[in-house]
Amino acid sequence: MSLGQSATPLGKVKGLGASGHGGHHWLEERFTSVSLVLLSLWLVFSLAMLPELSREVLKEWLGSAWGAVPMTLFIVTAFKHGLDGMKVVVDDYVHEEGNRIALHFLLTMAAIAGAATSLFALAKIAFGAA
Amino acid sequence: MSSTRERPLSPHLTIWKWGPHMLVSILHRVTGAALTVAGLALLAWWLAAIAGGDQAYADFVNLAGHPVGLTVFVGLTWAFWQHFFSGLRHIVLDTGAGYELKINRFWAVMTLAGSLLATAATWFFLLGVGR
Repeated sequence: MSLGQSATPLGKVKGLGASGHGGHHWLEERFTSVSLVLLSLWLVFSLAMLPELSREVLKEWLGSAWGAVPMTLFIVTAFKHGLDGMKVVVDDYVHEEGNRIALHFLLTMAAIAGAATSLFALAKIAFGAA
Repeated sequence: MSSTRERPLSPHLTIWKWGPHMLVSILHRVTGAALTVAGLALLAWWLAAIAGGDQAYADFVNLAGHPVGLTVFVGLTWAFWQHFFSGLRHIVLDTGAGYELKINRFWAVMTLAGSLLATAATWFFLLGVGR
């Protein structure tokens, strides 16, 4: 018996499981998923309601707070949720600890780079510099 | 407990009969990965193209309008709705509800039906409003 050794629920989540840590990551994935239900529906409906998807129309939409603020939230939440999900996939299929940590590092860097690029572009549009 | 003793193994993938719940489960993972890798990359590119100027945005629109680009966008739209409905189902399952065989199977099938309908509706709106 290895994983079942701990007698208490706290002991079971502390330092055990494929990820090496407890329930925090699992909960965060749920929090971001519930947020994304709202934010992604906002994005899909906004795109569908715009008169056309020309650059001028998109600039005006993302230049207003009604476009820029939810889009900021969507970018941050979507990259966070995507990163959380990809980490779970890595945990499930990559069993060598060094590779697992290296992949977590690369995924984290990619997510931060993608989010930063998106946020910078959005800021440029929102503040009228585009 | 000796760890060397032969122990019964749980049944492997090959001897299970595929059902909608299994399909939906693996599709949740596949669509999630596709949305993260391809979807978020396209989101960043799209925003950068809008910020980059008329030429950058025209390049993006040209690629998006190409048959290959359109296929990717329609595929990602379906991936989004499948992950969306399957994700809602997972939130319900996380509360401990919906594991009865018939109910579990029914909602698995409904995520598949819902994602196809929602994909069609999305593109009806995107293309139908005279774009």
